[in-house]
Amino acid sequence: MLPFAASRVMQSLFVLLIASVMTFSLIFLLPADPARLVAGPSASVQTVNSIRRELGLDQPFAAQYAQYLGKLLQGDLGRSYKQQSSVRELLASRIWPTTQLMLGAIALELLLGLPLGIWAALRRGRWPDRVVMGFAFLGASAPQFWLGLSLVYLLAYGLNLFPLGGYGGLSHLFLPALTLGLGGAGWYARVIRSSLLEVLARDYVRTARAKGLSPSRVVIRHALRNAVPPIISMIGLDIGVFMGGVVVVESVFGWPGLGRLVWDAIRVVDLPVIVGVVIFSAVVITLANLLADLVQLVIDPRIRYS
Amino acid sequence: MKTLTTTALLGLTLLLGGALAAPGGNITVSYKDDVTTLDPAVGYDYQNWPMEKMVFDALLDYKPGSTTLTPRLAAKMPDVSKDGKTYTFTLRKGVKFQNGRVMTADDVKYTLERVLNPKTKSPGQSFYTGIAGAQAFVDGKAKAVSGITVLAPDKLRITLDAPNAAFLNIMAMNFAFIVPKEAVASAGEDFGHKPVGTGPFTLKLWVNGQQLVFERNPNYFMPGLPQLASVTVKVGLDPSVAYLSLQRGEIDLLGDGIPPAQFLQVTRDPKLKASVVSKTSVNTTYLSLNTGIKPLNDLRVRQAINMAVDKTKILRIINGRGEIAKGVLPPLMPGYDKTEAGYAYDPVKAKALLAAAGLKSGFDTTLYTTSTDPNPRIAQSIQQDLAQIGVRVQLKSLAQSSVIDAAGTPKTAAMVWSGGLAWTQDYPDPSDFYWPILSCKSAVQGGWNWPFICDKALDARADKADRMVAPAQQAARLKEYASIFAAMNKQAAWVPVFHEVRYTMKSDRLVGSVDDLLDPTHFINYERLSVK
Repeated sequence: MLPFAASRVMQSLFVLLIASVMTFSLIFLLPADPARLVAGPSASVQTVNSIRRELGLDQPFAAQYAQYLGKLLQGDLGRSYKQQSSVRELLASRIWPTTQLMLGAIALELLLGLPLGIWAALRRGRWPDRVVMGFAFLGASAPQFWLGLSLVYLLAYGLNLFPLGGYGGLSHLFLPALTLGLGGAGWYARVIRSSLLEVLARDYVRTARAKGLSPSRVVIRHALRNAVPPIISMIGLDIGVFMGGVVVVESVFGWPGLGRLVWDAIRVVDLPVIVGVVIFSAVVITLANLLADLVQLVIDPRIRYS
Repeated sequence: MKTLTTTALLGLTLLLGGALAAPGGNITVSYKDDVTTLDPAVGYDYQNWPMEKMVFDALLDYKPGSTTLTPRLAAKMPDVSKDGKTYTFTLRKGVKFQNGRVMTADDVKYTLERVLNPKTKSPGQSFYTGIAGAQAFVDGKAKAVSGITVLAPDKLRITLDAPNAAFLNIMAMNFAFIVPKEAVASAGEDFGHKPVGTGPFTLKLWVNGQQLVFERNPNYFMPGLPQLASVTVKVGLDPSVAYLSLQRGEIDLLGDGIPPAQFLQVTRDPKLKASVVSKTSVNTTYLSLNTGIKPLNDLRVRQAINMAVDKTKILRIINGRGEIAKGVLPPLMPGYDKTEAGYAYDPVKAKALLAAAGLKSGFDTTLYTTSTDPNPRIAQSIQQDLAQIGVRVQLKSLAQSSVIDAAGTPKTAAMVWSGGLAWTQDYPDPSDFYWPILSCKSAVQGGWNWPFICDKALDARADKADRMVAPAQQAARLKEYASIFAAMNKQAAWVPVFHEVRYTMKSDRLVGSVDDLLDPTHFINYERLSVK
């Protein structure tokens, strides 16, 4: 397992390097001048030029990138052009809210998706199956922006069950986590359903049934155990999907996480913040996938990586 | 869950401590975007300007809702020399910064030099380069600005290179809010998050991405101000969610205004309408026509386009939230000419003008617009209007930053729809609508003169008008500017479309006049607001 983990770590570092070069290049090629955005409309061309010099934007791409990478290796992500704070501090203040949101979304995906998927599998072809599949389809296709505002309007404003937005305890977390996780819950339901149907058709399940075990025991002890591993890789992949989703969800609900930070930064081409969030996201996604692979390796010894 | 909300509100109450118990009460204002900085030398948008004004003061200010200058940190209006180049300010005595130190003329000098220093990266730098010796200081050739002299702890003299009638307006801008040197030094680059000024409120709490809480400055020098004990600014609230929060009584003022999706619902409901406040902004939204690109270099073609755009239709697209523009200057700007008729909507005459210009079968051109609603829809409306006279328009709907870049590059963007980037005053003087966007010096790469129009004779007239500093010359100066803009309108390099009418909504408990809630210069005068 160790050589596997080591090679994955090396791969991850390579991915991070590529991610930083790509983000840096994309922003460098963008037909927009961050100095002009920082300077604002009334600034003279001389002021824009002096700001460009102060920010080091008059340097060639390679020099800018090398300088950035040099600082990055010392743990310095630079300073935001617009907010005048260190990017590290900005990231630090936003990581926990986004983590809470993601954990909430994963919890809701599992709590909703798994029982629904199992229910559909056990009632294959009948109305519960059709209802669950319909839900999965709707959940996956509803735009998050629309879904979030609808949930706010119905559950928070209409029924007064939740706060309208903002950051706080569980009651604040529920609606944004649901918006982020609902599509995934439907997807989980579909995957667990098909995985369970496949396992239920296997010989050992038939044997367990023949031994006279109760249907619930057969499903929980024997079938589910073998149907669950795909879900673990899905959670790993979900982290990546969520990193994109939080941009919309956090904006709708006023959740002070990384999504809103990067959205504001993109608006004003705040290069250090954009690159900082991208690099951080790449680290999280790579680690999540690595962890998912390792967990799968531990729980299912049949899997061997070469 | 309702109980949880109540608990959260109770927590906030405890967090604010005694503030809520003090007379005056608290109001909560909502914004979609985060506040970037409260450093007055750096912050430059409609969202952070009124918040900076809570913490800081300038030497001069405006009478609320008007364009009349009044002394603020200055004891009286400055004495102006006969040649109009030297201003002597006397400071109000005993005004203290929020750190307890008395403000002096040295602080004024430090503040102006800080804005000019390239290290500060101030977007306001160019406003102050007219001070004698400022350019040498900016270029690193001098250690101090020779034109700023401290005469006594409460006296300061500022000398300009040339007389500038708008100089006092510039001294009332946020960039000239007085900051204490030692607080800037101790906070370093973080001063924008730890601001210290002489203003009516102090920043009590700033939770990044969530909220800012301002508390009344008990030692404020203006008697009776501020009226509120505290102001909470909540950030990150989607405008639609903020609107629902206002109805539920959790928000007192919509910082971003009424969301477009709810606008008709609000204005059609008599009960909701009672909470709406509106005022025409000092801005102009326009279609710029690049005079450096054929066939827009032909005056007749530009006039034809001016006649072909149906402004009433565009106003319908924005739910009537605007006032039709006839010229460059907005109505609240001094120098505005009520008699300016502009170009009337007349597609038939427009077609005839195109034919006279040898373009009977029209021509192909490009229109740039930002990609945020409603601008692409407005651009489509213009596209249809121009199709009526045979002008075939290709739309380029891009991110705001890309539009700015294309618009400021010579011979690139034939037409630009300025929606979302419309010109809004920095200060109430017509020169702010001439020099940054229509003069020869702004018709350069990276400038904001998007039609790239350069009329040296008009520049000379504007320059002469700016030298008319004496109070007795003011009426003549404004008349001259009105005539300059009339000449500019004749050149038809802009299709001025509308002046935005800002609408916002307040709670029943918030007491504030239109002048306080939609001030033309400061946007919100927090110090004058109160609660029932």
